[in-house]
Amino acid sequence: MALEIAGRTFESRLILGTGGFRSLDVMADALRESGAELATLALRRVDPGARGSIVDVLGAAGASLLPNTAGCYTARDAVVTAQLAREAFETDWVKLEVIGDDRTLLPDPTGLLDAAETLVADGFTVLPYTNDDPVLARRLEDAGCAAVMPLGSPIGSGMGIGNPYNLRLIVEHASVPVILDAGIGTASDAALAMEAGCEGVLLASAISRAAAPARMARAMRLAVEAGRLAFESGRIPRRRYAEASTPTEGLPELT
Amino acid sequence: MRVLVNGDPRELPERSTVADVVAASGAAPDGRGVAVAIEGEVVPRGAWDATPVEPDQRVEVLHAVQGG
Repeated sequence: MALEIAGRTFESRLILGTGGFRSLDVMADALRESGAELATLALRRVDPGARGSIVDVLGAAGASLLPNTAGCYTARDAVVTAQLAREAFETDWVKLEVIGDDRTLLPDPTGLLDAAETLVADGFTVLPYTNDDPVLARRLEDAGCAAVMPLGSPIGSGMGIGNPYNLRLIVEHASVPVILDAGIGTASDAALAMEAGCEGVLLASAISRAAAPARMARAMRLAVEAGRLAFESGRIPRRRYAEASTPTEGLPELT
Repeated sequence: MRVLVNGDPRELPERSTVADVVAASGAAPDGRGVAVAIEGEVVPRGAWDATPVEPDQRVEVLHAVQGG
């Protein structure tokens, strides 16, 4: 079953963040191996010496663009950045980031909600990068966001899912897709997010800064698929004592 | 006249437009994947040719980079 966000469907439940790749070639290889159909990108001052265009590389790979507002510390900066991205990339989709602290890069909850409301009213499809806070997630959904994207742990930390209980609460209460965004370190983290019921995973550093990005991209693709399959398949309950899987009836008497 | 383009002072002919600034910035000539803000306000692509730049304005010319 495909991932559906704001009426668009994606076969892949993995969204690739493009930050941190050492070259566009490495990124292109990883994108192919990841199977991702949606990839983030950012806006910065024109660098006349830049070689190659990420837009061309993503376009050649058939990936849809998800501009971010990374680096914005106020709702106003994030709103203007989203509007600039809409001009540059001709998409009204935005990964909304409003950062509250430069050491942890944790979201600023009030700025995030404020920017989300403004952008939804301006016709954007808003995918907010949010704290793992079930109440804030509900507020963002109520504001009209097309998905909520709680962090597992701080951006680039590779610490995995710090609060799986909050993540489950967010998933249980959300009626828009929940996409785990940030903190993934390795494949099992991505699988855990999917097993918890997330509709997708967005990650960058775990692939782009791995020793072998393309191989890690494949690992993440498989982990996301495995986690989703497991979620849909209904895991067995945990129990404190063993339950034999081999029948005890028909045991021979041997002594 | 002097204009601040991406934080750097630049000398531009009088009556320069946003399109002229984009061309002088080193951005892709067709402007694809490029966005412009003047004094923190978006200038839509369709208005670049007709929007004059005033002396001492802050113009940001942005393009896509990896991120996220």
